[in-house]
Amino acid sequence: MSERYDIVIVGAGPAGLAAAQAAARHGACVALIDAQAEAGGQVWRKDVFHGWPRRARQCIPQVLQHAGVSWLPRTQVVQAGAGELLIQDDKQARYIGYDKLILANGARELLLPFPGWTLPGVTGAGALQALAKQGWPLQGRRIVIAGSGPLLLAAAATAKKHGAKVLGIYEQASAAAIQRFARKLWRWPGKAWQAASLRTQLAGIPYRYGSVVLQASGTDVLQAIDIDGPHGREQLECDHLAVGYGLVPNIELAQMLGCRLKYEGAHACVEVDATQRTSIANVYATGELCGIGGRDTAWIEGSMAGHAAAGADIPHALLQQQRHARHFATALQQTFALAPRIRTLAQAETLICRCEDVPLQALHDHADARSAKLATRCGMGACQGRICGSALAELGHYPRSAPRPPLFPARLATLGTPLSDPQQGLSP
Amino acid sequence: MSDVRVRIHVNGHLLEVPAGISVAAAVARLQLPCRRSVGGQWRAPFCGMGVCFECRMRIDGQAQQRACMTQVRNGMQVSTDE
Repeated sequence: MSERYDIVIVGAGPAGLAAAQAAARHGACVALIDAQAEAGGQVWRKDVFHGWPRRARQCIPQVLQHAGVSWLPRTQVVQAGAGELLIQDDKQARYIGYDKLILANGARELLLPFPGWTLPGVTGAGALQALAKQGWPLQGRRIVIAGSGPLLLAAAATAKKHGAKVLGIYEQASAAAIQRFARKLWRWPGKAWQAASLRTQLAGIPYRYGSVVLQASGTDVLQAIDIDGPHGREQLECDHLAVGYGLVPNIELAQMLGCRLKYEGAHACVEVDATQRTSIANVYATGELCGIGGRDTAWIEGSMAGHAAAGADIPHALLQQQRHARHFATALQQTFALAPRIRTLAQAETLICRCEDVPLQALHDHADARSAKLATRCGMGACQGRICGSALAELGHYPRSAPRPPLFPARLATLGTPLSDPQQGLSP
Repeated sequence: MSDVRVRIHVNGHLLEVPAGISVAAAVARLQLPCRRSVGGQWRAPFCGMGVCFECRMRIDGQAQQRACMTQVRNGMQVSTDE
């Protein structure tokens, strides 16, 4: 085997960075892989015009420049097996070997179907933030942000910073649920401070509770949306609707490796022990993969996995911090639990599978994802069911089917990459 | 970092944009969608992070590239709706 590392880390967000930092301090030879060009993941995504967020600005260059860390940007894992990964970058594909693997590939947005959600101008809420940071023109654009969770506030702040006119934030959770949560917030002073700071940044932008976007309309491009709130239905004209209903763990890689999963509501996450180890002895999972926990949880659990994978003890303080951060995550989940009406927004003719244009009405009467796929092509497009599969699971239709290689659409040449040692690892 | 500008071609039109932005962000400056769905609908970036593949287009001769995952480079040739 030509290229081999003590520890390979997939994902360079807070979890992956913390894991790399901890493992490299113990002298491990580490590879840090990420599909994006810059480290930081989604929560610490680098802004083309404003750079990394403050906390990330110091930590990221430190980790990437550490002598023990090989940084592999714009690199995707196509296939995974015991001790070996098939990876692909812009130019080539190759196998790399690992003794320990740390999964830190985070989460994606839960994007749920409603009439008009396929119109240009409609994006996810985290998507709006990601697009703004990659230089998407927002100056003077009239934006509505909707869905659920604290990400809506962060997206609004980023959009405002980029010159957008944020018309309002429409949160599906009830006013009572948010107030209950606010009363508990003193237990997490860092979070209370963050909330207060966001409030200041968002001064003047309406924040409405118990409100849901029923539909988006326009000819070829978004022109207006219908919102149902506590005071009835209203229509708003806007240029951009950013709507996201929280996050779902990116479990496909863990699943391909055979890691045991558990369900939190409709969506699976990876089961780990107290050292972040999965059911596979040399594979660790961290942060969002183990249940949506946010940036702090990701950093702490990444660090824990980095220590453990390097064969060191996990500092006791980290375990305490993890408990505290996970309690906060649980409080968030309770507060922003989705109202049942969110699952009934899609109408019979609303497209569920955006890749293959499959409407909801075509998906009734199928027992599982596989039979729906065979009959309708639902989930067979380029996203490999990442959007429609998670949506159907949330809507209560059926859980996603297990992934098959390649994990992402890959070049044909990649799939033909010869094994360095045909005796072991993946069989092509 | 945003002072540096690069020139790319989008559907044959020359476009000057800040260095480091994504191809998706460059195409958005022309208010163009990215592709047509199998049913003929216009589509534009949706997830912004490489998951949904709605922003796929031809970049420097390679089809089906995710515009939100690709940074602009001087002389880049981009074509939408293929």
